[in-house]
Amino acid sequence: MAFVYAGLIWALGWFINARLANSPVSDTRLVSLLIPALFGVTIIAMWEVLVTMLGVSPIILPPPSMIAARFVTEIPILWADFEQTILKGAMTGYVVGMIAAFAIAILADRSPFLTKGILPVGAFMAALPIVGTAPIFVKWLGSDWQSKAAVVGVMVFFPILVNTVAGLKDTSAMQRDLMRTYGAGYWPTLFKLRLPAALPFIFNGLKIATTLALIGAIVAEFFGSPTVGMGFRISTSVGQLALDMVWAEIVVAALAGSAFYGAMAFLEKRVTFWHPSQR
Amino acid sequence: MTSLRGIIPAATVVGFILAFWTLAVIPMNAHLAADMAARGDIVVTPVAPRDRQDLSGITLAAKNPAVIAMTYTLDRPRLPSPHQVAAEMYDTIFTKAPTSRRSLVYHAWVTLSATLLGFVIGTTLGVLLAVGIVYNRTMDKSVMPWAITSQTIPILALAPMIIVMLGSIGIQGLLPKSVISAYLSFFPVVVGMVKGLRSPDAMQLDLLRTYNANRPQGFWKLRLPASMPYLFASLKIGISAALVGAIVGELPTGARAGFGARMLVGDQYGQPMVTWAALFGAAITAALLVGILSMIERRALRRMGMGGAA
Repeated sequence: MAFVYAGLIWALGWFINARLANSPVSDTRLVSLLIPALFGVTIIAMWEVLVTMLGVSPIILPPPSMIAARFVTEIPILWADFEQTILKGAMTGYVVGMIAAFAIAILADRSPFLTKGILPVGAFMAALPIVGTAPIFVKWLGSDWQSKAAVVGVMVFFPILVNTVAGLKDTSAMQRDLMRTYGAGYWPTLFKLRLPAALPFIFNGLKIATTLALIGAIVAEFFGSPTVGMGFRISTSVGQLALDMVWAEIVVAALAGSAFYGAMAFLEKRVTFWHPSQR
Repeated sequence: MTSLRGIIPAATVVGFILAFWTLAVIPMNAHLAADMAARGDIVVTPVAPRDRQDLSGITLAAKNPAVIAMTYTLDRPRLPSPHQVAAEMYDTIFTKAPTSRRSLVYHAWVTLSATLLGFVIGTTLGVLLAVGIVYNRTMDKSVMPWAITSQTIPILALAPMIIVMLGSIGIQGLLPKSVISAYLSFFPVVVGMVKGLRSPDAMQLDLLRTYNANRPQGFWKLRLPASMPYLFASLKIGISAALVGAIVGELPTGARAGFGARMLVGDQYGQPMVTWAALFGAAITAALLVGILSMIERRALRRMGMGGAA
C-alpha cells in the first residue's frame, strides 16, 4: 500500500513537472525555480509516506515531519552550534586563508619563476585530503574554534592561491603594453588592470572554498571540540541514535553552505559585472 | 626538455616548503626538548619549567643552543621533522609485511578498496544520470538545479550518519565507506558530464542530421566522444573527493583499519608519527590516483585526436 501511495505521489509530481518543463513558459525565471522546488517536495512527500507507512524505525531514517519538528524546537541549540562552527570556525579560517593566499599570490607574482612553480604545486596540494590535518591542529591549538579555523585556513588557501595566481597571468601583452604607454608602474598596473582582470578567477576560487570551509570546520570537530558545534552535535547525536537531530544539523549545514556560496556569487556579480559571463 | 624545465620551479617551491617546515620544527618542539634536557643533566635557562612556558619557542631555542639538535630527535614531537616522517613511512611501507596491521600498505589498501568501489559506483550512476538529463527535459529541469546546489553543501557532514544508518540495517565494513565515496564523486561527474554531452555545437549536430544519423548514433559518435575531456576533468575531482570520503567515513565509527583509523589512533594514543605517516600516505595515494587518471586521460585523448601537445 505504501508503495502505491508513493508511486502515485511520484506520478503526480512528475506529470506536473513534465507539463511545466515542456510548456512554452519553461524558461521563465519563476517556472525554472518552481520545477526543482516541486521535485524536492515530491521527494520529501514520498519519503514521509514511505517511512511512516512502512513503520521504518526513526533510528534508521526519521520522517521529514519529525526532522522539521526537531528543527523548530532545537533552534537555540542549532543557533549556538551554527555560531561556533560556521561564524567562528569556518568564517575566521576562510578570511585568514584568503588573505594569506592573496598575500602569497602577490608576492610570487613579481617572479615568473615562482609563479611557474606555485601553479602545479598548489593545484596538487588542492587535490590532497587536507582535512586529515585536523587531529594535528586540534593537538596544537586546543579543541576550541581556533584549531578549526586553522584547518579551514589551510584547506581554502590552495584553491584560492592557484586561482589568484592563474588570474593574475590572464592579461594580454597588448593590454599590459597599453598600461606601459600610460606610464603606469607595477602597482598601478596591478590595481587598475591585472587584479580586475583576475577577479573572475579569484571568485571561482572563493566559491570553491566556501564548501571546503564548511567541510573543514565540521569534520575537524569529529577530532575533538568543546560541547558545542555542528560536528560535535552530529557525532554525539549519532551516538545517541537521535538521527532527527543529525538531520536538523544537516539542514543547517545545507542552508549555510548555499547561503555562503550564494553570497559569494552575488558579490561576484556585483564586482565583475563587466565580464562576458555575467552579461 | 620542456617537462624538465617545468619541474625546476615546482621543485624550488617544494624545497622552500620543506625548508620552512624544517625550521619550524625548532620553535614548535623547543619546550618539549627543553623539558627533556632538564630532566637529563643539561642545564637549561631559565631553570624553572614555569618560566620556560612563558617564553616563545624561538627565544627558548636561542637561549639554549644545545636544545636545538634535540628538537629533531624527539620520540613524540609536536611537529616531527621531514626526515622523521620519511623514516616512519619507509619503516611502515617497506619493512613490514603488507598483510601486517602495522604496515601502511595494509591500511592504504583498506581505504583504497572502499574509495575505488565507491568511485566506480558514483561515476557509473553519475554518467547515467547525466545522459538522462541531456535527453529528458523534465529531468533536466527538475534534477539539474539540485545537482548544482548539492556542490555548495558540505555533504561530508552526512558521513557519520550514513555509517550508522547502514550499520543498523546490518551493512558494515567496506560498503558504507563506499557509499560515502560514491556520493561525493557522483555530483561532480553529473555536472561535468552534462556539460560535456552538451558541448557539441549546433553546427556539428546539424551535420549529423544531414547524414541522417539517428539518436543512438548521435550519442555514440558525437556526444559521448565530445564529452571525454569534461569526463576526465570531473573524474579527477571525483577520485580525490572519493578518497576524502572514505577517510572521513573511517573516523566516527572507530574503524580499526584504513588511513582515517590510523589518524585517529595516532591522535588518541599520542603517537604523532602514526598520524603524520597516515596523512602523507593519504596524500601519496591521492597523488597516485590523480596521476593515473591523468595518464589515462592523455593517452585516451591523444588516440581520439584531442590530445594536442599536452
